[in-house]
Amino acid sequence: MQIPAPFDYVRATSVDNALELLSRHGAESRVIAGGHSLLPMMKLRLSRPEWLIDINDLYELDFILRDGDKLRIGALTRHTTLLESDEIAALFPIVRDAEAVIADPVVRNRGTIGGSLCQADPAEDLSTVCDVLGAEAVIRGPAGERILAMADFHRGPYETAVGQDEMLCEVRIPVRPRSGSAYEKVERRVGDWAVGAAGASVTLAADGTIADAAVGLTALGLDHTIAGAADLLRGQQPREELFVEAGRLAAAACDPVADQRGPIDYKRHLADELTRRVLRQACTRAAQTQEG
Amino acid sequence: MTIIHERPSNPAAGDEDRPIGYGRIQRKEDPRFVRGKGNYLDDIVLPGMLHGAILRAPVAHARLVSIDTTNALAHPKVLAVITGKDLLGLKLAWAPTLSADVQAVLVTDKVRFQGQEVAFVVAEDRYAARDALELIDVEYDVLPPVIDARKALDADAPVIRDEIEGKTDNHIFDWEIGDKAETEAVFASADVVVSQEMVYPRVHPAPMETCGAIADFDAVDGKLTLYETTQAPHAHRTLFAIVAGIPEHKIRVVSPDIGGGFGNKVGIYPGYILAVVGSIVTGKPVKWVEDRSENLMSTSFARDYIMQGEIAATRDGKILAVRTNVLADHGAFNATAQPTKNPAGFFSIFTGSYDLKAAYCSVTGVYTNKAPGGVAYACSFRVTEAVYLVERMVDILARKLEMDPAELRLKNFIKPEQFPYANKTGWVYDSGNYEPAMRLSMQLAGYDELRREQREKRERGELMGIGISFFTETVGAGPRKHFDIVGLGMADGAELRVHPTGRAVVRLSVQSQGQGHETTFAQIVAEELGIPPEDIDVVHGDTDQTPFGLGTYGSRSTPVSGGAVALVARKVREKAKLIAAAMLETRPEDLEWEKGRWFVKGDPGAGKTISEIAMAAHGTMTLPEGVDGNLDAEITYDPPNLTFPFGAYICVVDIDPGTGHVKVRRFIAVDDCGTRINPMIIEGQVHGGLTDGVGMALMEIIEFDADGNCLGGSFMDYLIPTAMEVPDWETGFTITPSPHHPIGAKGIGESATVGSPPAIVNAVVDALAPYGVVHMDMPCTPARVWAAMQGRARPPI
Repeated sequence: MQIPAPFDYVRATSVDNALELLSRHGAESRVIAGGHSLLPMMKLRLSRPEWLIDINDLYELDFILRDGDKLRIGALTRHTTLLESDEIAALFPIVRDAEAVIADPVVRNRGTIGGSLCQADPAEDLSTVCDVLGAEAVIRGPAGERILAMADFHRGPYETAVGQDEMLCEVRIPVRPRSGSAYEKVERRVGDWAVGAAGASVTLAADGTIADAAVGLTALGLDHTIAGAADLLRGQQPREELFVEAGRLAAAACDPVADQRGPIDYKRHLADELTRRVLRQACTRAAQTQEG
Repeated sequence: MTIIHERPSNPAAGDEDRPIGYGRIQRKEDPRFVRGKGNYLDDIVLPGMLHGAILRAPVAHARLVSIDTTNALAHPKVLAVITGKDLLGLKLAWAPTLSADVQAVLVTDKVRFQGQEVAFVVAEDRYAARDALELIDVEYDVLPPVIDARKALDADAPVIRDEIEGKTDNHIFDWEIGDKAETEAVFASADVVVSQEMVYPRVHPAPMETCGAIADFDAVDGKLTLYETTQAPHAHRTLFAIVAGIPEHKIRVVSPDIGGGFGNKVGIYPGYILAVVGSIVTGKPVKWVEDRSENLMSTSFARDYIMQGEIAATRDGKILAVRTNVLADHGAFNATAQPTKNPAGFFSIFTGSYDLKAAYCSVTGVYTNKAPGGVAYACSFRVTEAVYLVERMVDILARKLEMDPAELRLKNFIKPEQFPYANKTGWVYDSGNYEPAMRLSMQLAGYDELRREQREKRERGELMGIGISFFTETVGAGPRKHFDIVGLGMADGAELRVHPTGRAVVRLSVQSQGQGHETTFAQIVAEELGIPPEDIDVVHGDTDQTPFGLGTYGSRSTPVSGGAVALVARKVREKAKLIAAAMLETRPEDLEWEKGRWFVKGDPGAGKTISEIAMAAHGTMTLPEGVDGNLDAEITYDPPNLTFPFGAYICVVDIDPGTGHVKVRRFIAVDDCGTRINPMIIEGQVHGGLTDGVGMALMEIIEFDADGNCLGGSFMDYLIPTAMEVPDWETGFTITPSPHHPIGAKGIGESATVGSPPAIVNAVVDALAPYGVVHMDMPCTPARVWAAMQGRARPPI
């Protein structure tokens, strides 16, 4: 049995209560939702919060809701819910692609989208998904609510714009017609952190050319989407040479580190290979949406 | 209409649905496990029990400058802090290993691997014990470590074991077997010689339950009760008597339900000894259970063999000789559990299933700054490494000769009429019939069709591989004149009592870690006596209740204790015969046995069942002269030889050419373990072993960085396979009984672990043939497969 350092625990009754608790207990308090990243770190004594503020009772944060041209997802929505949502799969197939390869059912039953985004692990899949879908993060704090683009939300590995006394409450994803998306991951074993992964989202114009596109990478040393990919793809008919060129951009843009999952050259190759695959799939799906 | 089922003429023989003896019955132990009623070490709570925790070294090689325990002792819940200095006073700082070396219980002079035991805290609860570890101040003087075994014998390599007087290098042993000159001559005249260096990386058994102990020393009568996760309770009792100086009759070792062992629970770890010291010091029971990282970083690893293999053959594919040089990394202490005369275990079975003219190997063992251990993980005393070597070499030869690997194997098998077969390294294979097993495996696989599919896929640029492994194991150690563990001969006792009402209890020295002993051994007695298995209780795991024996590892339970149980049941049967003769007022020689009863020859109506005889034995009738009033027997079985199970495995893999990801699509396993006692248990053993094999072949490795930091210290880093990585196993069998074993059984526990890794790697290499890949080392992770496809296959260590 691995034993964490001593800590105190309190169960929040509402978002306001949680924010109040965060203010009261200060810098050494942490919000806990699914706990599948935080608890192992605590057991290994790599993380030593003095207070855990449990938000699992905050059902107000557990929702999936279509609101005009946005899909709103509460921060406490579990991975399993996202995986099983047919509405999400129809609008954003990338979410089901990614959720299907996030850890295992036990983790997916507990883990939340908010927890994943706030943990901001470089190998975390939903950050890439939200990046390429152009999502927004709704953050609440003592000063009220603020809404940030994903590019402003992520500050780097394990770092986000969420302040110590704030909470991520919601993710909003714009719904665009004639769009398709896809995600693919390479892992040594089911449930392992990604060796590398890529996600893409594509919106087609009425004439079948690419109106907008975004490609992101996971665990390959690239925050946010690949600069230049959208410029390369925009206005073009989807075709293999274009995907190859985008793959080349991805390989050049990424900055992976060598570890037990693989050396740099392999990871760079994956950035290329997976970028081609997800773009191909996203374009196919977008075209199908158009036909449908 | 009423259907009347015809009763079998002999109810004691049972039938297929309810076998009284061998057959497919559900495991007797499973109801308690599936209902959460198992009793594992950590379930045991004794009155007043305290808890221990171990402070471990953060570095791989360092001189210990000082330890300050003041703050830890000041913790309100801490009762004792034990250091190496304390143990020196008790003469317990160093303990003998299972390989005639010594191992530090707590560091006194120098840290020799990361995770080594430095101090032991005893506290009122587990949390306090763990917290107090952080209150101990230790100063280390860090030294350069020896991590790469290839550099361990360099002249300028730091000397790890400088506490051994006169030790100036990291050399442990040189060992050789086979005729070197004869082998050289065969190689010199051979048409074709191929060679390959291959690494069997360090892996870990990683049982679901980690290791632990509860020591309860009674200062009044001097008795130590020691609950331990151990596969060998009797050997542990004797070793504790020797190490701790406690008289053996005052030690009781209890091994409760064990959640997986795989060799990991054969040795005595410092934590076990520290629990004993903690109990003696505090006068209370002390529990110590390691956590997952401690298990992975400090307990017995497996493999770590760097092997140079060579194979010689004629141009038309007759294999002539195999030769190998091995560099064996044993870690900081030589703590390998293996027979004394076999420093490289049973690696000398590397001659495989082939009729060779010559064979030779040499093995050099070295110390490195890594955790000690060496024989663990269902390896049959390094048969795993041997089978991997020869089965990879045969595939490499097949490629060179442009022959089908199945055809090459079929051409070179030892023929059935050659058994018993004396190989070139001193083994006498008891029995074998290899070709039918190979043909069955090919038939189940649809081998020709698979090759056709592969050709078509290759033309489309798809990567599909078919890998074969044909293994011969040597298990069931063993004849006591040849095999011992620290001087204790590897024979096993068994005791059988038939109660007056015909129910029985059999007592064993071996200890199940999940193998189903309570069922298998009951079935052996059932087969011999005709008592239903559910009427036979199997007692094991408590030295106060069971006869002496060496324990469960190396697939030895069925070959050794299984023989003992069959023989003790036959002894009871012979005694029953004498009593039955008296009951029937006839001569014993006029009786005939059918399962469950003795009857008068020519008069089947006149007979007595085992139940009737048992009641009579305990009753008032006058027993024949020399027959005492019970139906009990005991025996110690010294097997005349080892047994040699074999099998033919075929693996089919698909590889994603863009990512290097390997998917095991199919796996066909044909096993021959001789007589099959419970086919369901056998299949379960095979399924588990094959899953182990997928783990080793595709993902498992304990790596170290240049500073000696263990990179596999948690399940985040040390991967073990899940249901998602394995296919639906396809199993088959042939039956070639062992001629010398009482029931012809050979052992199955490790066959699949031994046989599957080469089949998987052969399949991966076969798939990569279009890229010119001849060999790649395990684990075949996506990155390593991709590197091999670029022509940059590299060893993992």
